[in-house]
Amino acid sequence: MLKEGQVRIPSGCAIAAIMDKQAKPFSGSEIIKSIALMRDRSNGLGGGFAAYGIYPEYKECFALHIFYDNNQAKTLAEEFLNNHFDIKMCGVIPTKPTAGIKNSPKIWRYFALPNKIRLNSSGKNEDEYTARCVIRINSSIPGAYVFSSGKNMGAFKAVGFPEEVGEFYMLDEYKAYLWTAHGRFPTNTPGWWGGAHPFTLLNWSIVHNGEISSYDANRRYVEMFGYKCNLQTDTEVITYLFDLLVRKQGLSLETAAKVLTAPDWDIIDAMEQEEKEKYTALRATYSGALINGPFSIILGFDGGLVALNDRLKLRALMAAEDKEKIYFASEESAIRVVCPNPDTLWSVEGGTPVVAKVRG
Amino acid sequence: MNFLNPEFQIIRDKDRCIKCGACVRQCSYEVHVSDKDTGELYTNDINCVACHRCTSICPTRTLTVKKNESVYRESANWTSDYINQIFRQAETGGVLLSGMSNPQPYPIYWDKILLNASQVTNPSIDPLREPMETRTYIGAKPDKIEFDSNGKLKTKMPPQVKLEMPIMFSAMSFGSISLNAQKSLAAAAQQCGTLFNTGEGGLHEELMPYKDCAIVQVASGRFGVSKEYLDMGRIIEIKIGQGAKPGIGGHLPGEKINEDVSKTRMIPIGTDAISPAPHHDIYSIEDLRQLVYSLKEATNYQKPVSVKIAAVHNSAAIASGIARAGADIIVLDGFRGGTGAAPVRIRDNVGIPIELALAAVDERLRSESLRSKVSLIAAGSFRNSADVVKGIALGADAVYIASAALIAMGCHMCRQCHTGKCNWGIATQRSDLVKRLNPEIMSQRAANLLTAWNHEIKEMLGGMGINSIDSLRGNRLMLRGIGLSQKELDILGIKHAGE
Repeated sequence: MLKEGQVRIPSGCAIAAIMDKQAKPFSGSEIIKSIALMRDRSNGLGGGFAAYGIYPEYKECFALHIFYDNNQAKTLAEEFLNNHFDIKMCGVIPTKPTAGIKNSPKIWRYFALPNKIRLNSSGKNEDEYTARCVIRINSSIPGAYVFSSGKNMGAFKAVGFPEEVGEFYMLDEYKAYLWTAHGRFPTNTPGWWGGAHPFTLLNWSIVHNGEISSYDANRRYVEMFGYKCNLQTDTEVITYLFDLLVRKQGLSLETAAKVLTAPDWDIIDAMEQEEKEKYTALRATYSGALINGPFSIILGFDGGLVALNDRLKLRALMAAEDKEKIYFASEESAIRVVCPNPDTLWSVEGGTPVVAKVRG
Repeated sequence: MNFLNPEFQIIRDKDRCIKCGACVRQCSYEVHVSDKDTGELYTNDINCVACHRCTSICPTRTLTVKKNESVYRESANWTSDYINQIFRQAETGGVLLSGMSNPQPYPIYWDKILLNASQVTNPSIDPLREPMETRTYIGAKPDKIEFDSNGKLKTKMPPQVKLEMPIMFSAMSFGSISLNAQKSLAAAAQQCGTLFNTGEGGLHEELMPYKDCAIVQVASGRFGVSKEYLDMGRIIEIKIGQGAKPGIGGHLPGEKINEDVSKTRMIPIGTDAISPAPHHDIYSIEDLRQLVYSLKEATNYQKPVSVKIAAVHNSAAIASGIARAGADIIVLDGFRGGTGAAPVRIRDNVGIPIELALAAVDERLRSESLRSKVSLIAAGSFRNSADVVKGIALGADAVYIASAALIAMGCHMCRQCHTGKCNWGIATQRSDLVKRLNPEIMSQRAANLLTAWNHEIKEMLGGMGINSIDSLRGNRLMLRGIGLSQKELDILGIKHAGE
């Protein structure tokens, strides 16, 4: 059986997110409870979480979470890391034996700063330098897979149901101001931990429910800008699209979202002249970044998240606010199980991004 | 004595024939003859080209055109076509000419590619219930869009041309086709929100009302090219080559240069209009760059400049050079594209299929990060809307059609365009024939064809779970090959059915 990256595997899913707008950290038990309610939407073949604000003591360092299939992969990857980074701290990511989680790879964590000499001679900024190093490890060291590479944030994922994954990584002991979660229902059996979600690149993390029909158009578009879609997954290509549009090209998150789920031409035609020119230029230029087919995504980043539904609203995604917290989930019940009576609750509209940022 | 065995046989049902003589009057090839004294009707089968004007016009459906039952001794090697061609050359000592496209049984990859549809894991989309977009903008795109601190658009977009559907009419000059045929195409393009192409023959003054949907061509003969002509078009197209006859020029014989054609082409009446094989100011890629920028300068950078080449072995590298030479649009014309006249040997043996060239060019432009700097138009030959969908999924922004549009207007593909005797009033300048083509009726038929294809494209998109043509462009995962070798699949960049 081919694993993820060697074959394209479509999958359905459950997603959820909770954020505190004052950036007050809270335990992972709440998000586990929320995603656990949607067990029917997963099939035990992948679950995961992204947590922001969990490593305040190393917040200057890139936190690299790596799966190793074997010792040789670890040796090669560490040699590469030592050449390219100054490792401030490293160790095994603590886990506990959990029913349902089997065949665990070695899971290591490195708090790393780019090697100054190499960084300077590369002519890149530290984000680009680190992103390239991550892509290099993932594409050239067999058996090593960097599954998280942001600062003061981390992804935790495995093959299993999401609530089991949460228990396995003991996420109730971490405190984050933003949590996202994913339960996976692949229509194939990859059985590979790297293929579980969230997918991350630097501070981006993405959880996604859907199967995009524009995949190959999007893939071939981002690959023109130096990305390599190794995993052949929707989440991977959507993350790269955001990274390209926001980090590399300087569009705002809202504008980037409007590129991915562009307004219909008849809506653009009816706009005032200036807006019309703007959206026509965006659609004509970024036609390869338009995402088609059903999807709901939650994109986490340093200081907030974007929730986005496809243009036709072909996937469920609910949102709610209660005092300082904002909630998202594929199903309303998954919000109400942790927040029974929110101040407001609504269905995220198709093609209309909801951007939530922490204050200050 | 004529060595030739007639290709076709006309069967006249005497019980039905009312001897009205319509067939005699309608046939420019003089197949039908009426006996002066008796009024009896006879046929000169040897002249018949199977254009079906007579069978269509006959009020009692008396006539049938059949393949001649009288055959040469069969041979897989010496086919009747090759034997006839030798007879003709032995008689004349000339180069064999023909019209229309390569009829040889080379592989047609469109027929070996299958499309995808959504099932369960993502829903198909019903174009009758949901918006389904086929609008396409062609022209060079910037790498990124920038806004100033007030959120105002800072990037100046290169000139863009809006197409309401990704199908345009390909170049057919006034001279190669009649003014009525050109008018029909122009009006249909206007009605459908797309473009027609003047070909290398200038823009006739009666086409001025349609200038906003005209692509004006600049070819090696530079016929009809003036500052006003360039200013009138939406796009300026430099024609380097044509799929039906890569590597050679064109020749419109003096007898077709009547007053109208002479005025539009800006050449004296009765002189041969010869388009040289190369442009004599383009002997290299840097020369092309100079012409591209001369045309941009001449029109104040207001119009996209397109470069059209025939699909040949090295198309990918050539296209990359064209993109770097500053063209906004690249047109690739495959070896099954049509022509008003081409030497048979060239038409049947030179060039490569559009499917392979398109796939190779799109991939090369992407690997060099040049793809968004140019729009890619594919031509030669798109026979139906499924071909168009496959072409766009391979990587084209839009396609050109010509033969299909002419068929909509009555062309029966008899391949006699070069004779100027077109009974349908299309490929002729004879006024008695030209007036048979009513531009009002024929423009509607051509527009109907575009509308029908656009509907079909929307249905296929919806089936794939896509609601914008943008998400089909270059989306090769929507394609699968059937009965293709691994090499062919690799070049097309697609998987085999079942994979």
